[in-house]
Amino acid sequence: MEKAIKRYMPIFILPTFCAFILGFIVPFLMGIWLSFCKFTTVTDARFVGFSNYVDALKDTVFRHSFWYTALFAIVSLIMINVFAFLLALALTQKMKGTNLFRTIFFMPNLIGGIVLGYIWQLIFNGVLASFGTALGLNEWYGFWGLIILVSWQQIGYMMIIYIAGLQSIPGDVMEAAQIDGASGIQRLFKVTIPMMMPSITICMFLSITNGFKLFDQNLSLTAGEPSKMSEMMALNIFNTFYGRTGWEGVGQAKAVLFFILVVGIGMIQLRATRSKEVQQ
Amino acid sequence: MKKRKVISVLLAAAMITGMISGCGNSGDAESKTDASDAGAEAEGKVYYLNFKPEADEQWQALAEEYTAETGVPVTVLTAASGEYEKTLKSEMAKTEAPTLFQVNGPVGLAGWKDYCYDMTDSDIAKGLTDESFALKDGDKTLGVAYVVENYGIIYNKVLLEEAGYTADDITGFDSFKKVAEDITARKDELGFSAFTSAGMDGSSDWRFKTHLANLPIYYEYQDEGIDNTDAIKGTYLENYRQIWDLYINNATCEPALLSTKTGDDAVAEFVTEEAVFYQNGTWAMTDIADVGEENIGILPIYIGVDGEEEQGVCTGTENYWCVNSKAAEEDIQATLDFMNWCVTSDAGVEAMCNEMGFVIPFEGNLESSNVLVNEANAYLEAGKTPVTWNFSTMPSEEWKNGVGSALTAYAADQTDEKWDAVVTAFVDGWATEAAAAK
Repeated sequence: MEKAIKRYMPIFILPTFCAFILGFIVPFLMGIWLSFCKFTTVTDARFVGFSNYVDALKDTVFRHSFWYTALFAIVSLIMINVFAFLLALALTQKMKGTNLFRTIFFMPNLIGGIVLGYIWQLIFNGVLASFGTALGLNEWYGFWGLIILVSWQQIGYMMIIYIAGLQSIPGDVMEAAQIDGASGIQRLFKVTIPMMMPSITICMFLSITNGFKLFDQNLSLTAGEPSKMSEMMALNIFNTFYGRTGWEGVGQAKAVLFFILVVGIGMIQLRATRSKEVQQ
Repeated sequence: MKKRKVISVLLAAAMITGMISGCGNSGDAESKTDASDAGAEAEGKVYYLNFKPEADEQWQALAEEYTAETGVPVTVLTAASGEYEKTLKSEMAKTEAPTLFQVNGPVGLAGWKDYCYDMTDSDIAKGLTDESFALKDGDKTLGVAYVVENYGIIYNKVLLEEAGYTADDITGFDSFKKVAEDITARKDELGFSAFTSAGMDGSSDWRFKTHLANLPIYYEYQDEGIDNTDAIKGTYLENYRQIWDLYINNATCEPALLSTKTGDDAVAEFVTEEAVFYQNGTWAMTDIADVGEENIGILPIYIGVDGEEEQGVCTGTENYWCVNSKAAEEDIQATLDFMNWCVTSDAGVEAMCNEMGFVIPFEGNLESSNVLVNEANAYLEAGKTPVTWNFSTMPSEEWKNGVGSALTAYAADQTDEKWDAVVTAFVDGWATEAAAAK
C-alpha cells in the first residue's frame, strides 16, 4: 500500500503543483524581473537595471510608510494577541453559552476587509463629527481607527487558535501543578503559557505578517489621508504603481523590497518564539 | 485494499477532470471567436475597452448591431468606474489585447504612446469638425475625441428664484458671491443652502482637485500663451482660494466634515432641494433628472478674473479613442472601420447622440436632448468663450491627490499656513511630478 501511494504521488501532486507554478512561481519570478524594468504592460518590458530600486529608496513617503506600518504591526500584534488570549481563557472556563460567544467573536472575521473599512469609517466619522473633525484630518485618528478595526476583525480568529491550544494541554499537568500548590497566576505563567507556545508562535506570526500586509482596510478606511500620512506599505506600493505614468517599475521594486522585509521579519519572529516552545 | 485503490484512482481522476475543464474554458472561448470569424468570412475583429460604465449597455447593443450588419465581430468590455487604467494595463498584456481603447489626453498619451496607431490619414481623423479634437504627438494624430462634454455650476432655477434671484444676476465672481452669501445668511428662512457639500471623498473630490483646478490653470495658460507646461506658476491661485472658500463656507455641511462627504451626498442634496448650486457636468444629467428638466440650468464657474463676464462653461474632452498599433493589421483596419461607422452611419450616430447622450465632434452630430448640453451651448451661441479642459495636462494622479489632500486640510482649518500647503502642492508638486514622469 505504502508503495502504491508513493508510485501515484506525482499524479496526486500534479494538479496543485501546476496551480502553484502558474499562480505563484511564475508571477513571483516575473515580478522580480519586472522590478528591473521599465514597462507599461507586464509582457512588454525593457531592462533598466537598478534605477527602480534607487527611486524606491529615495522616496520619503515610502520610508514614512515603513515606520508607520512597523509601528502599526507591533501595536496590532500586542492588542490582538493579548485580547485573543484573554478571551480564549475566559471561553474555556466552565460556563454556559461559551459556544455562542465563540461564534459571535469569530464572526467579524467572515466579513471582507473593504466592507469593514467602509462600515468603520461611517462609525468613526459619525463619532468624530460631533467633535467637528473627521478621520481623514489626522494620521493618528487613522492609526487608532485601523488598530480598532483589525483588532475587532482578527481577535476572534486568533481566539479560536488559542482555544484549541488551551484544550490540548493535558489535564494531568495542570492537576500536578495544583497539587504542588501553584496559584492561578503561577499556573498561567509557568504551565499554561509554556505549553501554549506553539499556538502563540502561529498567532504572532499571523498577526505580524497581517499587520505588515494590511491593504484593503487601509484603502477603504483612510485611503492614506491626510496627504499619504496614514498610507501603509502595501497601499504605497499600489499607489506608486498606478499613480504616475512610467513608475510601474518603481512600484514593482518596492514590492520586492517589501517581500524581503516581510519574510525577514516573519523568520526572525518564528525563530524567537520557536526557541521558547517546550516538549509536552 | 482494493476499495482504497479504487478511491484513489477516482480522486486522481476527479482532480484531473477539474484541471482539464479549467483549461477547457479558454479553449471554448477561442473556438467561439473562430466560429464567428469563419461564419461571416470577415477579416479582422474589434475589441473595444470602454471607459464609460454609464454607456455600457448602449455600446453592447451597438456592437451587436454592427456585427449583424457587417459580420465583423465586436467585443466590448467596460472597465469599472475609476478602474480604467488598471484594466487597460492588464488587458493590454494579453494576447487578445484591446484594439480600441482610450486615453485622457497628453499625459495619458505619454504612457501609451508606444501602443497608439498613427491615425493621421484615416477617415475618422479627417472627419473631426475641429483640428483641436485630435490628440497629436508632433504631426501624428494618435487619438481622436469621440465626445465633447461641458461642466460648470448646475443650479436649480426654482430655488434661485425663491431666493429672489435669476441667473442673469450672476455675471461674475462678485455677483455670484453676493448671491451665495445672501442665501447663506437667510438659510433658515429659505430652508436651503447655496452649495451642495463639496465632498472630498474619493467619489467626489475630482470635481475640485481636477475640474475646479482647471480654471486657474486655464487662465495661466491664456496669459502665457501655452497649452502645457512643466512648471506652473500659480498666478491665479488666489482666485482658486476665493471660489473654494465660497463653496465650502456656504454649503450644506461644516467645512471640517468635507472629507466624509461623497458624490452621492451632493447629488442627494441637489435632488432633494437642500441646495441651489452643484458643480458638475453634462454627464450628471441622469442623476439629477428628478429635479425636472425645466428647472435645471448651468452657470460658468467664475473665479474673479478680469473680463470673466465673457467666459462660458468649461467645454472639452478627456475621452480620446486610440487604436492599438500592436494589433494585427486586419484588426486595425476593422477597428478603424468600426469607429468610422459609429460616427457616420445613422445607427451609430443615433446610438451615440441619443442613447448615450453624447455630443460628438463629427459632422453627423444630432441635436442633444440633454438640457445641460443645450444650456451650455446657449453660452457658445451668445458669443461667450468656452474654457478649455486643461486638466489632462496635470502631470500625474499623484499631483491631483496632493492638491486634494491639501484642500481638505485647508477646509478644516482655513488659515494662511494651510493655504500655503495647497500652493506648495499645486506649484512645487507640479514641478516634481512633471520631473518624475518618465
